[in-house]
Amino acid sequence: MQLVLEKRAERSNTIALVSPLIAIGLTIVTMVILFAILGKNPLLALHAYFIAPLTDSYSLQEIAVKATPLVMIAIGLSLCYLANAWNIGAEGQFLIGAVAGSWIAVKTQGTDAGAWVLPVMFVLAAAAGALYALIPAICKVRFGASEILTSLMLVYVADLFLDYLVRGPWRDPNGFNFPTTAEFDPVATVPLLIEGGRLHLGSIIALLVVAAVAILLGRTIKGFEIRVVGAAPRAARFGGFNSNQLILLTFAVSGALAGLAGIIEVAGPVGHLQPGISPGYGFTAIIVAFLGRLNPLGILIAGLFLALTFIGGEQAQIAMKIPLDVTKVFQGILLFYVLACDSLILYCFKLVFPNRQVARGAN
Amino acid sequence: MRKTLLALAAGLLLAGSVSAASAADKLKVGFIYLGPIGDLGWTYQHDLARQALVKELGDKIETTYLENVPEGPDAERAIEQLVRAGNKLIFTTSFGYMDPTLKVAKKYPNVHFEHSTGYKRDKNMSTYSAKWYQGRYIQGLIAAKMSKSGVLGYIGSFPIPEVVSGINATILAAQTINPNIKVKIIWANTWFDPGKEADAAKALIDQGADVIMQHTDSPAAMQIASERGKLAFGQDSEMIKFGPKTQLTSILDTWAPYYIARVKAELDGTWKSEDTWGGLDSHMFAMAPYTNMPDDVKKMAEDAQAAITAGKLHPFKCPVIGQDGKPVECKGGDHLDDGQILGMNFYVKGIDDKLPGK
Repeated sequence: MQLVLEKRAERSNTIALVSPLIAIGLTIVTMVILFAILGKNPLLALHAYFIAPLTDSYSLQEIAVKATPLVMIAIGLSLCYLANAWNIGAEGQFLIGAVAGSWIAVKTQGTDAGAWVLPVMFVLAAAAGALYALIPAICKVRFGASEILTSLMLVYVADLFLDYLVRGPWRDPNGFNFPTTAEFDPVATVPLLIEGGRLHLGSIIALLVVAAVAILLGRTIKGFEIRVVGAAPRAARFGGFNSNQLILLTFAVSGALAGLAGIIEVAGPVGHLQPGISPGYGFTAIIVAFLGRLNPLGILIAGLFLALTFIGGEQAQIAMKIPLDVTKVFQGILLFYVLACDSLILYCFKLVFPNRQVARGAN
Repeated sequence: MRKTLLALAAGLLLAGSVSAASAADKLKVGFIYLGPIGDLGWTYQHDLARQALVKELGDKIETTYLENVPEGPDAERAIEQLVRAGNKLIFTTSFGYMDPTLKVAKKYPNVHFEHSTGYKRDKNMSTYSAKWYQGRYIQGLIAAKMSKSGVLGYIGSFPIPEVVSGINATILAAQTINPNIKVKIIWANTWFDPGKEADAAKALIDQGADVIMQHTDSPAAMQIASERGKLAFGQDSEMIKFGPKTQLTSILDTWAPYYIARVKAELDGTWKSEDTWGGLDSHMFAMAPYTNMPDDVKKMAEDAQAAITAGKLHPFKCPVIGQDGKPVECKGGDHLDDGQILGMNFYVKGIDDKLPGK
């Protein structure tokens, strides 16, 4: 007797819907076992991870703050991935956006610049992110260079460029040489939404982006084009869709969104430009995009869910003294199950008995 | 089955609330750590001190820590999480937590904060640090005696004054033994990244350095020096087991007395915002045993340590000559004053390198 994976005749829509739920269920079961082995009360631990952060406004705000850059970047990436363009360098576009926007903030520091500063920072950041993303896109379209490699490598270039700026020309003169710019002026800071909290305007912008892309994909010809080029390139060619143009477009849009996320993070929760402004948002967003099945609403949920695991992980550390590593294991297990369950959309389990005939013959 | 589960859940919740009640009487003390508690360097030493604190005052306090907290947008949230969990005294143990700590401190005036190695303070935010440059001076003496190539390798973290003053103290000491001593400096741009630290150590050895010193937190450089048969100094903690034939000494961060004193002050209600900068004399750090060196070098190191502790020897004794060949203004009488050392932003003569950002 053997258990084999067999390809389904067509993709199972039921499984596509329930697979994330199965994955979360399996994750919870695994974590319960893990907590028990660690000698921690599994019920209390799960409570700290999933329930406690949802029960007070402070934690909810923090979840939104953490999810904002993830969702914005992932939305852009989903457009690329739907069109079969593989932008892996959102982290770099995020950093370049942060740098470009910070340029205005640094140059106007201490002057009586007006309310125009923040909008200009946003526009510059989006433009810089788009241009930076166009480099690998053009290399791909013009020379056939793998956009996966070029976009990834540009991450390190952006990282080092930021590093150079905050160590050199933009260093806070009163910062004792620490690599950071001075704190941005209030006009160059993303406004907070709730007094005393950290929830900021960026979260609203992220929601608008989700809505805009949902409309783009669901209601417009361009959105249809993106999906056709990705799903059926040959059909798209017959339909007269230009896939090269779409690669440029989706890269530019995703770069712009990553860049915007970058400046929002810097002018928002951080308040100044420094190395380490991104704990890998650009890469985590790739996970968010796929966890959300490249669907705008799905991405919003996935981003919030991943943010919840971060905040919950911290609260579990505080309340239950559960080590941080367990949170990382937890996130890894979750992704593993999601991917594993997704294979069931296209495949199903089947028991086969290859030796049955032979065995009967022997009898 | 369902009933059993319900009963179980109720029991668990009850148990939880009971332990919460008994914990409520205790002072809650929180810690924010930069690395993992197993980094065997900076964070490890802070956690050892926390454990000592628990041992000393465990019946009156309850401690909580968050490890691996990056010095970015997450730091402020992590600190606030500790406040919201009821911690009344919070130690934030890295320079990069300075602005986030200040922000949270302004928001919660009734909670006391202790920030390590920074310079911004508030009514409810103290700072504490140690005069590690004193230890660096002793290391510089040893290094110059032990180096055959006359080239020292120095792994820097960030070019902040604490690190720059360490490099300067090392070189000033080494020059008293060998005026032509050279130092190669590599900036790792991180406090803790064993991979990068190991690469830096390899590069320094390839450039001819035969004594490796570091201002980063892991024992990686010690391991590389040990593999290559060179000598090295540990950092933050006792690293002799990573280089039994390699470690000359190590600057040991000994935070326990300070932590215990501050928590006692909090318990007594006498806590005040202060700026503490202690040296060898006040036991804010200690030197690991002097090993892998001849007796005369060991004696020299011990004598220097005694002289610094007694205040007879100052690493930044005037005149201190800058890279431009001119003496640095001497604000502290016969040595540089604390402000000049805390804000040190220049290399001394003899360092054949450019300070990043200068």
